[in-house]
Amino acid sequence: MAKLNLNRVPMPRQDPKIRGRNYNEVALGYSLEQAREEASRCIQCPKRSCVEGCPVEVDIPGFIQAIRDGDMPEAVRILKSKNSLPGICGRVCPQETQCEATCSLAKKGAPVAIGRLERFVADWERANMPSAGSSPVLPKPTGRRVGIVGSGPSGLTAAADLAKLGYSVTIFEALHVAGGVLMYGIPEFRLPKEIVQAEVNYVASLGVKIELDSVVGKLMTIDELLGNGYDAVFLGTGAGAPMFMNIPGENLNGIYSANEFLTRVNLMKAYRFPEYDTPVKVGRRVAVIGGGNVAMDSARCALRLGADEVYIIYRRSEAEMPARREELENAMEEGIIFKLLTNPKRYIGNEQNWVVGMECYEMELGEPDESGRRRPIVKEGSEFIIDVDMVVAALGTRPNPLVASTTPGLETTKWGTVVADEETGKAVKDKVWAGGDIVTGAATVISAMGAGKRAAVDIDKYLRG
Amino acid sequence: MYKILLKEDLVPGIHLFKVAAPNVAKKACPGQFVVIRIDERGERIPLTIADWDEEEGSVTIVFMEVGTTTRRLAWLGTGDFITDFVGPLGLPTHIDKFGTVVCVAGGFAVATIVPIARAMRREGNKVISIMGARNKSLIFWEERLRSVSDQLIATTDDGSYARKGLVTEPLKELLENGEKVARVIAIGPSIMMKFCAKTTEPFGVKTIVSLNPIMVDGTGMCGCCRVSVGGVTKFACVDGPDFDGHQVDWDLLFARQRIYLDEEKRSLEQWQGQSGSCS
Ligand SMILES: Cc1cc2nc3c(=O)[nH]c(=O)nc-3n(C[C@H](O)[C@H](O)[C@H](O)COP(=O)(O)OP(=O)(O)OC[C@H]3O[C@@H](n4cnc5c(N)ncnc54)[C@H](O)[C@@H]3O)c2cc1C
Ligand SMILES: Cc1cc2nc3c(=O)[nH]c(=O)nc-3n(C[C@H](O)[C@H](O)[C@H](O)COP(=O)(O)OP(=O)(O)OC[C@H]3O[C@@H](n4cnc5c(N)ncnc54)[C@H](O)[C@@H]3O)c2cc1C
Ligand code: SF4
Ligand code: SF4
Ligand code: FES
Repeated sequence: MAKLNLNRVPMPRQDPKIRGRNYNEVALGYSLEQAREEASRCIQCPKRSCVEGCPVEVDIPGFIQAIRDGDMPEAVRILKSKNSLPGICGRVCPQETQCEATCSLAKKGAPVAIGRLERFVADWERANMPSAGSSPVLPKPTGRRVGIVGSGPSGLTAAADLAKLGYSVTIFEALHVAGGVLMYGIPEFRLPKEIVQAEVNYVASLGVKIELDSVVGKLMTIDELLGNGYDAVFLGTGAGAPMFMNIPGENLNGIYSANEFLTRVNLMKAYRFPEYDTPVKVGRRVAVIGGGNVAMDSARCALRLGADEVYIIYRRSEAEMPARREELENAMEEGIIFKLLTNPKRYIGNEQNWVVGMECYEMELGEPDESGRRRPIVKEGSEFIIDVDMVVAALGTRPNPLVASTTPGLETTKWGTVVADEETGKAVKDKVWAGGDIVTGAATVISAMGAGKRAAVDIDKYLRG
Repeated sequence: MYKILLKEDLVPGIHLFKVAAPNVAKKACPGQFVVIRIDERGERIPLTIADWDEEEGSVTIVFMEVGTTTRRLAWLGTGDFITDFVGPLGLPTHIDKFGTVVCVAGGFAVATIVPIARAMRREGNKVISIMGARNKSLIFWEERLRSVSDQLIATTDDGSYARKGLVTEPLKELLENGEKVARVIAIGPSIMMKFCAKTTEPFGVKTIVSLNPIMVDGTGMCGCCRVSVGGVTKFACVDGPDFDGHQVDWDLLFARQRIYLDEEKRSLEQWQGQSGSCS
């Protein structure tokens, strides 16, 4: 076995001072040489422990070996046989808790940069095999129809897999573009929309019809779909409804939910206002409440819009932050100010109802709670005030009740998530499957894709009778 | 793409579009709205469904020119297309047999109150409608509203037509003169809805208003449209837009409607600079 090389090839990135003011992608991607060098660090261990960490079981050693051999088309083939959205996953998977966490080299503190290599392969394909994304030969149509509600990663994956099995598939999407959170939530500088669009185009090239502007539960119900020629329905509507803390002053002007802020900026392109018609406020001192990816994205968007100071207000400590490590580091490098162990108590407004400050508590960590993370506890009498003129609340989301409330027989939990079998995605209601954030609550792109895949298998099994 | 089957200029600054949207037409109910986006660069704005025709597959909207989007919209004509037309959104107006229902409409909202008055009448209510406009040149659909009402009272602020004064005056008289009003529906500019609610409050007559906060998606996803009703935060696009006018925190609504005043001005200036429009 070759000598262990513990030097991960760093990802070339835009300079933090420059990137903090533009929307171009932060991470620039490996060159072929860099990719081959990083790939050569993989020791091809027979245990393949990395694969266990990947929710869709990408043949990681396989595609890495192909990179090493310089056989890029083969790397593409291996990767895409398990993951139809590698350009996205390579960029947004929390690798440090998945494939890279279980890589044998992780113990030595330098796992193979699997995500970066995956991204490299996907980008290589887009640049060098423009027709590679074009449709595979489709089987004879089965004559059965499947309706998919929501065009996020779960819906797109289920749709693609079912189309490849010969089903006639239609996706119904509430917004005016397909892609779900990948389009309206995750910003351009982290996941260029062109890449998402390419994936959506690929799914459409398989014959999948995408009906935009179609709010299921309003325009039609699930029962109406099932009564109008759809043999099965998959629900992938995500967890798109924002939560607030219900503390005083939360409705002041200048206080956004992360969903609203990110939708204005990313989906509606408010960062190009007034060329694009949708406005967004540009705060001077912006506080973002939360410690996940959504909070990081909001903070970095606020910075790019031109804020002088951006704070992350998080009630636990850095170790508990659920954000991807890489984005946490990026945010710090860009000058986002972290106020940890801090939680808002109330917001303070001026006469015009604009937020001018927030009163916060200091927090300390107690015993671990159900999630295994140490529970934050208020330090009594620790209140202090931070001056802010804009706040983005990234406090989590839950499923939008629109579909569940119009679908009798669909069981939901007290958190509003839809009850579905973990293995098959089968919901309690006849002919209905569900997967992704609508079942798990806000989770990850790759887990939503995994759920879409498993549901497609089960729908196929059911429709074959 | 959604085709404009017919454009009608009702009065200066207020226009009607009949838009081809067969699926929306199948599901529309009084009080619901659509969210439209003119084109790729456009903003998403909500507009109430003023009428619909399932057979023709059309939905009618009536809008007033106030800012960039509504002015850009006014430039379109019969045969043009709107990129996005999403609906029907929001909860339908609660229609039931209440007894006597007073429908009050201000400005462009005459169009949106017609289907409500019609449905209320069909349900067996006695419908008294009050419509108000700033002056005679802005009066439209008077006959249409009359045809779905048992009684119609029109007002103009300056007295250039019909009765001089605000809609709240005949409303107050009705209540004072012992008309047993079971419910009032008031739709129009926020300030008018607020004062209708203030007028009916001492009489204890349930008053439904249709709130118009700023919206983005219109499906409960962003929370931009939060309003406070009875001390509880609601999302107007999914919990409304109809609410009990006596419970609404009006000051909050007014404040939140002004969030983008500066940007709206900039946007309009930029657009007027580009389009060379003369207004
Ligand atoms: C800002 C942000 C950053 C994130 N960063 C990461 C990251 O770095 N890595 C990661 O792995 N995960 C990340 N996530 C989480 C990840 O994006 C989600 O877990 C994933 O997108 C869930 O996929 P989904 O298919 O279940 O739903 P979604 O992506 O939420 O898609 C659901 C779709 O359904 C549509 N829809 C909803 N209701 C209806 C209806 N009634 N009718 C029709 N259509 C409907 C919605 O408009 C939407 O397009 C992030 C999330 C956010 C918000
Ligand atoms: C449920 C609902 C139904 C409505 N129905 C009608 C209708 O039938 N006819 C009609 O003429 N108008 C209606 N409106 C108001 C209409 O949406 C606004 O006039 C329109 O958005 C103004 O856009 P603008 O770009 O032309 O003006 P701007 O210059 O952007 O704004 C002018 C005013 O409109 C409000 N506004 C701006 N953007 C939005 C937005 N995205 N959503 C809501 N309000 C906004 C602002 O508070 C501001 O006071 C309705 C609003 C709601 C919420
Ligand atoms: S899909 Fe995600 S978890 Fe799986 S190998 Fe790729 S980056 Fe790792
Ligand atoms: S565990 Fe790490 S080193 Fe081993 S095969 Fe997988 S990527 Fe290579
Ligand atoms: S408009 Fe977004 S939640 Fe109501």
